Parts: sequence; C-alpha cells; structure tokens
Amino acid sequence: MRGLGFAVLSLLLANMAVASTAVVEFSDESLRIRYQQLVQELRCPKCQNQNLADSNSPISEDLRAQVHTLLEEGMSDREIKNYLKSRYSEFILYRPEVNQNTWLLWAAPVVFLLFGLWVLYRLYFNRSSSDMPVEQNDQLSSVDQQRLDQLLRNKDKQ
Amino acid sequence: MNRLALFIPLALFAALSVVLLLGLDKDPQELPSALVGEPFPEFFLPRLEGDQEIVSREDFRGQVLLVNVWATWCFACRIEHQKLNSLAEQGVVIVGLNYKDQRAEAKLWLYERGNPYQFNIFDAEGSLGIDLGVYGAPETYLVDGDGIIRHRRVGVVDDRIWDAEFKALYQELTGVSQ
Repeated sequence: MRGLGFAVLSLLLANMAVASTAVVEFSDESLRIRYQQLVQELRCPKCQNQNLADSNSPISEDLRAQVHTLLEEGMSDREIKNYLKSRYSEFILYRPEVNQNTWLLWAAPVVFLLFGLWVLYRLYFNRSSSDMPVEQNDQLSSVDQQRLDQLLRNKDKQ
Repeated sequence: MNRLALFIPLALFAALSVVLLLGLDKDPQELPSALVGEPFPEFFLPRLEGDQEIVSREDFRGQVLLVNVWATWCFACRIEHQKLNSLAEQGVVIVGLNYKDQRAEAKLWLYERGNPYQFNIFDAEGSLGIDLGVYGAPETYLVDGDGIIRHRRVGVVDDRIWDAEFKALYQELTGVSQ
C-alpha cells in the first residue's frame, strides 16, 4: 500500500516537474545552459525572495520569455543583465555589483576574517604581554626575577 | 582602555539594532526606480479603442502628464480609479497604459467607471511594461514636457499619495496651482 502511494506521488511530482520547466526551445543548445544560469541569478521583481526560475508570477514568466528572446538575439549575459537592471534597478540582480552602495557588503567577509585572525593572534601569541594572571606563567619576567633576587638578598642580610 | 574595549561588542550590537530598526519602516515591496530622470521609453502600440491607430511617445511629447498603468484584473486599480477621475476633472492630463488586459473588458470598465484618460495604450503583451520596469499594477509615472520621467509610484495613488509625492512636483512642472 505504501509502495503504491509512493509510486502515485512520484508520478505526480514528475508531472509537476515537467509543468514547471515548461517548453523552452533554443536554436542552439549552448543557449539553454546560459538561460538556466541567468534565470537562476535574476530575481523576480514582484516576489520578495525568489529567482525567475522558481517563480510562477506572471511578471517572471514575461521576464523569462524576455531573457529567452534576448539570448536568441545574441546578447551577452552582461548585456542582458544590464538591460534588466536599467529597467528594474539593481534589485533584480541576485549577485550585486561592486559599487558605492555595496562595497561594504562585498568587503565584509574579508574584514570579518581578518578580525577573527587578529583575535586568534591576540589569544594565542600575545598572552605573556597582556594582563594575564602571573600564575599561568612558569617563567618570571626579568624585572620580577631581579626584584625577587633582591628581596632574597635583603632577607639574607637581616 | 581594556575595560572600554569590552564594550565594543555591545556598541556594535546597538549600532546593528538601530540599522535594523530603521529598516522596519521601509516597504520591502518598493523597488528603487531605475527610470526616474530617464526619458520615457520609446514604444509603438495600438490604442485600446482599436488596432488601426498606433500611438507612440510623440503623442504626448510637450505636455506634463501622468501615465497610469492599469488593468481590469488589478484589484487596487478599482480603488484608484476615483482619484484618477477627480484628477482628470481638475485638468490633469492622464494617459492610460492598459497592461496585459482584454480589450472588451477594459472598454467596459471605462464605460462603467468613467474614463479619466486622454487615450489608452493597449499593451497586451506587456512589452512597454518591461521597458518601464513595471512589476505590478497600478503604477503611475509623472512625465515632464521633455518626456523625462520625474516620479514613479508603484501602488495606488490616493489623496494622501498625491499630496505627498505628486502635487508639488506637478505644480512646479506645469507652473499652475490647482
């Protein structure tokens, strides 16, 4: 019984998969790969967080068709992105360009990594020079050693 | 010094909280407008009334006007229509962009609700819609006499939005107070 249910379910899912990938015909199969990449990377302007590939909204259907047309017209990926950016603003690019507004976003991972390395460095290599408790340190600093020697000498004199 | 350094994470957290708090006020549906300050895109499309007559942006060159994107399937357009009618009565030039709609239904709509438009561009495929970056209806564009888009509103234009976003700019462009 469970097996039958599973079979029915997988048939249904298979149907759905066929329905959502729709029929897109290309004059050249290499365009299909670029098309798939573009619709993955472009964002549906109506939906908050879906790409064109995943969205069923009418505007996404139109934009997928437009991307298809532009590919067939021989536009490069960059040109297609610029075409859509000039109409729908940068919102449509899931991979934002580096510019005045986004440099901080792009730089953040490097900045955080460097900060993390700095913290690690402080923790592991700078211990003795920081204000760590002395008992963690077997070696006395030279100043302390001198003081100790002096104290012991004074004691001997008494 | 080291004691103060302990407060750095707290300060960072406070700064992040302020940024996020400001973000709460923003409408996530609202996209930055790519076309404000740019010329209205070129188009050659039929009028809603029939296929015989083709209209282009030259048909409204030289006037300050609103271009209103609407459709009969658009629920919010019903709410907006009253405001458009009253603006038209006050003498505001409005051109309609009937977006991905059925001709007969659109004509019936105008017959039943009144027609605030000078004329209607019939964009059945949504091609001008793509050139304008339309992602929903209604949308309203304020175009100046040189054919430059000066303001864009995605969503309903009601009294509040008109007064807040359009009125001053419209009066400045036309030189008429209304």
